[in-house]
Amino acid sequence: MNEAAPATELSFIQRLADRIVSPLVGIFEVFGAHMILLAQSFAWLFRRPFRPRLFLEQMEFVGVGSLPIVMLVGFFAGAVSALQAVMALGMFQQERWVGFGVGISLARELAPVFASLMITARAGSAMATELGSMRITEQVDALTTFAVSPVQYLVTPRIVASILMLPFMTMVFNVVGLFGGYVVAIVLRDIDFGQVSELYRYWIDPSDYAQGLIKSVVFGLTMALTACYQGFNVRGGAKEVGRATTRAVVASSVSILILDYFLIEILSVIWPFGD
Amino acid sequence: MSEEDPSQRSERWQIRARGLHKTFGPQHVLRGVDLDVERHKINIVIGGSGQGKSVLMKHLMGLLHPDEGQICVDGQNIVGLDDVEMGKVRRKFGMVFQYAALFDSMNVVENIAFPLIERYKLSRAEILERVREMLRRLDLANVPGIEEKSPAELSGGQRKRVGLARALVDRPQILLYDEPTTGLDPIATKNVDEMIRRTADDFGVTSLVISHDMASAFRIGDRVAMLHEGTIIANAPPRELLQDPHPVLREFVETSGAVSFVQGAR
Repeated sequence: MNEAAPATELSFIQRLADRIVSPLVGIFEVFGAHMILLAQSFAWLFRRPFRPRLFLEQMEFVGVGSLPIVMLVGFFAGAVSALQAVMALGMFQQERWVGFGVGISLARELAPVFASLMITARAGSAMATELGSMRITEQVDALTTFAVSPVQYLVTPRIVASILMLPFMTMVFNVVGLFGGYVVAIVLRDIDFGQVSELYRYWIDPSDYAQGLIKSVVFGLTMALTACYQGFNVRGGAKEVGRATTRAVVASSVSILILDYFLIEILSVIWPFGD
Repeated sequence: MSEEDPSQRSERWQIRARGLHKTFGPQHVLRGVDLDVERHKINIVIGGSGQGKSVLMKHLMGLLHPDEGQICVDGQNIVGLDDVEMGKVRRKFGMVFQYAALFDSMNVVENIAFPLIERYKLSRAEILERVREMLRRLDLANVPGIEEKSPAELSGGQRKRVGLARALVDRPQILLYDEPTTGLDPIATKNVDEMIRRTADDFGVTSLVISHDMASAFRIGDRVAMLHEGTIIANAPPRELLQDPHPVLREFVETSGAVSFVQGAR
């Protein structure tokens, strides 16, 4: 009986290891695999052939293709925050601050986060599905047989296009959002435009927009990398493609929100709030 | 199997693999494969599911690297070549995938032109000319509007021939077929068999067919090799294979009914 005791202890440690350590190792493995894919896709960016058409196609898809949804969401995000701000500020008869309130929320948070989430839902899911079905129908292998690197041909253009287009889409979101706020506050609620625009101009800095744009670059990279990783690593059949797409959208959306927090902390060191 | 040095260029053998080993995690897939592929002939590698046929083929093309062993293509050992040199070797190969693996985002012409566009700086007219030549030679030219069709609009047989055209357009010396008749009805199987035979004759390529269809292997194969548990247990012309006493081979031959083909041909 005495001899059995160390065995159970060992198995307890083993169970502990299985339950806690191996999932942790798994997380690091997946993170590492993402980083390897990222490094490869950037290394391939500088190698011939360059295939500019693939980059333009992806920019068209991620950017131009997402314009309607980004504008629609942008308009209502601006309108809703203006409405809430007007109602809240109305308690103190301070409605003239609505331009500042809407402008700064859009610039720092709403535009980069909402635009990225909308583009994740639209373009990120499409990337994961497309690469996943190319993988299971051996189109990825076919590229290799023609001595074409699948990472260079498929992943690099998607990541670069997302990094380039997300800031543009964020700016579009900002402009349309401000217009939505204008419609609600100035047109519908009849607040004095002179005061609203004066406070907006005085209190909002270019750095507020810069922070939003920097965040959107990181979000674009996160979205495209996650989607490509999930699509690229599909094994099996059509069901797995669906799962990969779901994972891509969930993982990118969650990562965007978590990264948002840390980016605010980092950026607030560079540009202290209200400075 | 002859015993000469595989790294000597041989007139008879185009690919010679020696002692290939490959493990994936706990699975020891290839356990010392020796395979000779005869030039200008139809070479068939046959084996049950999960015996490592596709893995072996990917090794021959340099898509996977063996843990151990040597693969010589025209006397050149391709194991451990860098990307650039491997790229040159791959140009000798064309690959026909099981379900054609045509690029969904491109139409038929763009698919067939893909290897040319990626490898050479040719004018549009030159590329189109070579693509149309392939369409003619593979009996696709008379399908109305074929050039602009997307892969989804093609029938299974047409898709297979477009895949073949894409593999052949850069005039490879060696054509690999991955399970070309899997999942086809007997008539479609016969058509694919004829396509492989005709392609071998018309284009003078060395064909290597990975298959588990013994009947069709015996019908079209000039040489049939059997892969079992990670090694090649036999590699000979079909008739000689019938004399081989290896029990696994016997079972495969007898259950497939392939005997009648060869005996009928006697």
